[in-house]
Amino acid sequence: MAKHVVVIGAGPAGLETSAKLSKMGLRVTLVEKEETSGGHLKNWHTLFPGNMPGLKALESIKEGLDENVKIQTNTQVTALEAVNDYFTVSGHNGWQEKADAVVLATGFKLFDARRKEEYGYGIYENVITSSDLETLLAKGNLFSNHKNPARIGFVHCVGSRDEKVNNLHCSKLCCITAVKQAVEVKQLFPETEVFCFYMDLRMFGRHYEELYKEAQEKYNIQFIRGRLSESTEDKEGNIIVKVEDTLLGKPLRIKTDFLVLMTGMEPAAGTKSLTAMLGLKDVSDKFIRPLDEVLQPNFTDMPGVFVAGTCSGPKSVSETLADARSAALAVEAFLKE
Amino acid sequence: MRLEGKRLIWQDYQKEIADDHYFYARSCIRQTFFPGAEAIFMRILKEELGKDIHDEQHHTSCTGIGYHSDVVPFDTTMTVVARQFALMTEAGYENYAASCVTSFGLYTEILDTWNHFPETEAKIREYLFKATGREFNKPRNLAHASDIVYKLRHQIAAKAKYKLVDKKTGNPLKVVEHIGCHYSKMFPHKGIGGAEYPYVLSGMIEAWGGEVIDYPERRHCCGFGFRQYIVQANRGFSLSCSKKKFDSMEPYEPDMIITNCPGCPMFLDRWQYALSEMEGKTYGKNKQGIPVFTYEEVAGMIMGYDPWEIGLQVHQVPAEPLLDKIGIPYDPLQKFTGKQGQYLGIPESPSYLKFYADQQNTEVIK
Ligand code: SF4
Ligand code: SF4
Ligand code: SF4
Repeated sequence: MAKHVVVIGAGPAGLETSAKLSKMGLRVTLVEKEETSGGHLKNWHTLFPGNMPGLKALESIKEGLDENVKIQTNTQVTALEAVNDYFTVSGHNGWQEKADAVVLATGFKLFDARRKEEYGYGIYENVITSSDLETLLAKGNLFSNHKNPARIGFVHCVGSRDEKVNNLHCSKLCCITAVKQAVEVKQLFPETEVFCFYMDLRMFGRHYEELYKEAQEKYNIQFIRGRLSESTEDKEGNIIVKVEDTLLGKPLRIKTDFLVLMTGMEPAAGTKSLTAMLGLKDVSDKFIRPLDEVLQPNFTDMPGVFVAGTCSGPKSVSETLADARSAALAVEAFLKE
Repeated sequence: MRLEGKRLIWQDYQKEIADDHYFYARSCIRQTFFPGAEAIFMRILKEELGKDIHDEQHHTSCTGIGYHSDVVPFDTTMTVVARQFALMTEAGYENYAASCVTSFGLYTEILDTWNHFPETEAKIREYLFKATGREFNKPRNLAHASDIVYKLRHQIAAKAKYKLVDKKTGNPLKVVEHIGCHYSKMFPHKGIGGAEYPYVLSGMIEAWGGEVIDYPERRHCCGFGFRQYIVQANRGFSLSCSKKKFDSMEPYEPDMIITNCPGCPMFLDRWQYALSEMEGKTYGKNKQGIPVFTYEEVAGMIMGYDPWEIGLQVHQVPAEPLLDKIGIPYDPLQKFTGKQGQYLGIPESPSYLKFYADQQNTEVIK
């Protein structure tokens, strides 16, 4: 009988790994704690580059699944044990499976913007997160009760690169997401002034720099290098932002209609609990540290346990899919031995 | 504004506050700025609520302002503070209650330093012993006096004669709260409600019937900020800070400001006078300014203590319009009469800010 792999987490990484493992002739059980698969991708309006809708990307990924992949939803993995040459994986609801190999695809969670208390998320009505903005864009009712917002600000690095919240790492994608969202807002509201408050602009990816240039030249989006010190609300519900423009060396106070916080990525609760459960190594940022970050990015210290996707660090969707395929190859090689 | 959001944060910043048996360390500057405040604290705790509180006559300044102005080295400051702890230990107390926010911040900083660097604590113990022969225990509980009033706010409300409510309309008074920076900005977890949305004064305002105002410059410095004031050349910054706050709170039409730091009420009160003399600008209705109080004064007011006995006549912005609004009685003739009934003299009237003095009748007393 074909060997059996349990993949934990049915976001893009788990789905893609499962699809590829099944193509390799393995049996796969994909466990998901939520009711449906798709992870964060199902809530994301569009992806960059190419502006493909998140749901469409998800559909294409799911097309790779076949009858060899059994999906077990609503199941939170609570135990994972190595027994002789196999693993037993158990869920909170009594579900249990034996596996010859296990892939952790437990992903990330978005930083809880409330923890940056001084920005007022959850307190001031018009402070939202990048993820809220995607949802509003998807629903097509962005700022529905503000016909023409005069000013909108995007705050980079919320919960990333910030020792105050104990996150030193860069979440990698929020810069380009801010530029993408700023352009989308500008396309919908050409009269609105749009500001991005950044520390550095990390435009490392394919086409990122070009979009950044277009944002400045075509859309007149203003990039201000400086970190917000605080935001507050005035009597009319506007958000008053205090920030230093570190290029001009001047403190600024700007009245915005909306403030969008670019929340970063943190390891998901499942990533952290499995790391602890298995005694795996982690990096100071609590993402899982693979056996070798350059040569063996999908192996862990525990033979038979693999990682795929953002549980080992922030990745874009395209990087996540590539990592998932690489994880499937690693599993196949291991099971052949 | 969503209050639930603030309440969630408040839950994260609660701390232990001792219930009774406090060793009280007074503030060197509060007693001159707002002389009634500490007396009210003692009176409410002892007489109204039956608490045991030790008023130590041998303690000194904590050196906080000197320390923050870089004129007193940290080792000296720590040794002075160690002596205060020794006095507490000798008096048989373990709950330290600091009247001054700057002291409270300093004690917190020192205890935290000793926690991380036990060798520093050992060194300071040695310095203190060599200099004075004293030894000490660290406080089991350290609280700012406003923490204690916060903890007892409902008991105070239960005994109070008045509420922070407009007598005529029945509407809650609109109250601005301002927390001293050193209360929670350095150690957010040591302050009720944390640093960004502190709850210590808001909790009192709510319990005593008022409504808290959140305005854009709420977090901005009151204008003391030691170096802004103490370095004379910087005093313009000090005034601008206060002005920025007044301009920002003005549209909300606040009835009063409550503070918990020595500097904040001083500067928020006196600079209203300075600004009015410089620019002719007054805040509040009818040129009466926005009265500024310490939380103890507010507690004393609602307890029904005589406004002149708790020192409200030394405020620059007059308290009378607020007393009238709440319905607290006072005798205008007694405003400038001292404890022994002697006439104290009427200060010069400001050019713009309203001034309440019953000139004619006071002449008679004289
Ligand atoms: S990608 Fe940009 S916004 Fe995101 S953490 Fe890195 S520098 Fe900050
Ligand atoms: S081209 Fe290289 S050095 Fe320049 S911004 Fe991009 S990554 Fe950095
Ligand atoms: S007086 Fe000013 S500087 Fe001092 S604690 Fe109060 S706000 Fe801060």
